[in-house]
Amino acid sequence: MTKQELQQIATDVRMGIIEGTHAAKCGHPGGSLSAAEVFTYLYFEEMNIDPKNPQKEDRDRFVLSKGHTAPGLYAALAYRGYFPVEDLKTLRHVGSHLQGHPCLAHTPGVDMSSGSLGQGISVAAGMALSAKLTNDDYRVYTLLGDGEIEEGQVWEAAMFAGFRKLDNLCVIVDNNGLQIDGPVDEVNSPYPIADKFRAFNFHVVEVADGNDFDQLAAAFKEARETKGAPTAIVMKTVKGKGVSYMENQVGWHGKAPNDEEYEIAMKELKEAKEA
Amino acid sequence: MAETKAVATRASYGNALVELGNKVDNLYVLDADLAAATQTGIFKKAFPERHIDCGIQECNMVGVAAGLATTGKVPFVSTFAMFAAGRAYEQVRNSVGYPHLNVKIGATHAGISVGEDGASHQCLEDIALMREIPGMVVINPADDVEARAAVEAAYKHEGPVYLRFGRLAVPVINDTPDYKFEIGKGVTLKEGSDVSLIATGLEVNETLQAAEMLEKDGIHAEVINIHTIKPLDEELVVKTASKTKKVVTIEEHSVIGGLGSAVAEVLCEQCPTKMKRIGVYDRFGESGPAKELLHKYELDAEGIYKQVKEFLA
Repeated sequence: MTKQELQQIATDVRMGIIEGTHAAKCGHPGGSLSAAEVFTYLYFEEMNIDPKNPQKEDRDRFVLSKGHTAPGLYAALAYRGYFPVEDLKTLRHVGSHLQGHPCLAHTPGVDMSSGSLGQGISVAAGMALSAKLTNDDYRVYTLLGDGEIEEGQVWEAAMFAGFRKLDNLCVIVDNNGLQIDGPVDEVNSPYPIADKFRAFNFHVVEVADGNDFDQLAAAFKEARETKGAPTAIVMKTVKGKGVSYMENQVGWHGKAPNDEEYEIAMKELKEAKEA
Repeated sequence: MAETKAVATRASYGNALVELGNKVDNLYVLDADLAAATQTGIFKKAFPERHIDCGIQECNMVGVAAGLATTGKVPFVSTFAMFAAGRAYEQVRNSVGYPHLNVKIGATHAGISVGEDGASHQCLEDIALMREIPGMVVINPADDVEARAAVEAAYKHEGPVYLRFGRLAVPVINDTPDYKFEIGKGVTLKEGSDVSLIATGLEVNETLQAAEMLEKDGIHAEVINIHTIKPLDEELVVKTASKTKKVVTIEEHSVIGGLGSAVAEVLCEQCPTKMKRIGVYDRFGESGPAKELLHKYELDAEGIYKQVKEFLA
């Protein structure tokens, strides 16, 4: 896929995030938008998957460790063809298969339930270990928030994956710099992030702009080619990216746009797509 | 009196895993630096390629097991009950229970009979914590025979299972040719008409002995072994309560939330019955030899006998 095509899809994903959270009147747009490119890249370029056969045994796996950004994952899955795009408007509604946080049993394409921060990376490590144990060649990807890595379990999992040289595991940290209570470096600084993963025996790829597809492509290629160690891609992103009034605003971590804000966001995103 | 063989159910756990490991190839055992204590060390020796020592990180271990389960492997997570049900509670709830993954939790060193290590290691709350989780099966075997059978049944069951094992060697009471283990099926070990004694785990043997003491006083106690606390054999519980009209539960666990609570929940809705819950009464344990502690906390045959007599008085 060309960079331009990927950008168009990322914009669709962003519109899906806005549709979902607006319809739900709640949810987490900020960290979903910052990861729109990575969701798009994983599901449209990087991973060996088949939307027609979500349980395909040799598929690559994805665990959304920062489970609250489910609106972004759901939008990517919908546009990839796992379920109708129309479903995104049922996010967080009673009876919908789109739960507030990812649920394995409900949603086609979701490889693991998540939402309680810090747990997804352990499960991803388990999946990666599983492949090693029986010589399967699938890869496992997991996306973490930069606030999430304040959780101790993340470092239990990092120690485990590094020690076991799980080079089929790719941990992605969405370093958008903000958590609910404020900038991460004012709440309980996780910095330096890259050095921490290096100390846990990871190969680290630092991405200056995680909202840029060229940089993501290079990072995932490097991860794929790295043998003997898991890779951590630490990518700088903009929280709320693509919606002017949400960008870098901590208040948009877990708040839905109202009708007026929804119109503005959709107008901006449509313009971005046409540009 | 003939010498009765005594085996700690944690040893049964390790042995049963090796037996199963010989038969199936998708069984994996995870430990958190306690393979020597949980007795899974023998599995590690027999199947090093299927043993994963996670080091001292129980929360991660449960997550790793969940990951293995999503790919079709059957992981048995082994650690002390305190850390399996306590420390990693939320991982068990959210990474295993909620996605209903096929993870088995082998929790050893449960209850006050851990002994000298004291209250920090004596988990008296695990049954309560685990039976709250939707879809979780909770099994507390009484002896070596039952523990081995429970491990095999847990493997065959599709879905999460919590297995509770003890550190203390306990007499083998189920070594009979017709012994059969079925998840969710209680076992009537002695018929009686005056009172129903419903016990679980190592308390089954103590309760059988207490029932013999009661028999000498002319009290005919019915003794029931509830090895599966969830799903509870409600039919048997109601049947025995209807028969004797008096029910006593006995467990090496807090009286809050365990077997006693489970039985009370059933009876208050289906067959209101006068009840007594014997267990640890809303307090922590302490250090000491296991048998001395069981005596002090009135969880040995003598203590059970005394408490049942008080209840019937």
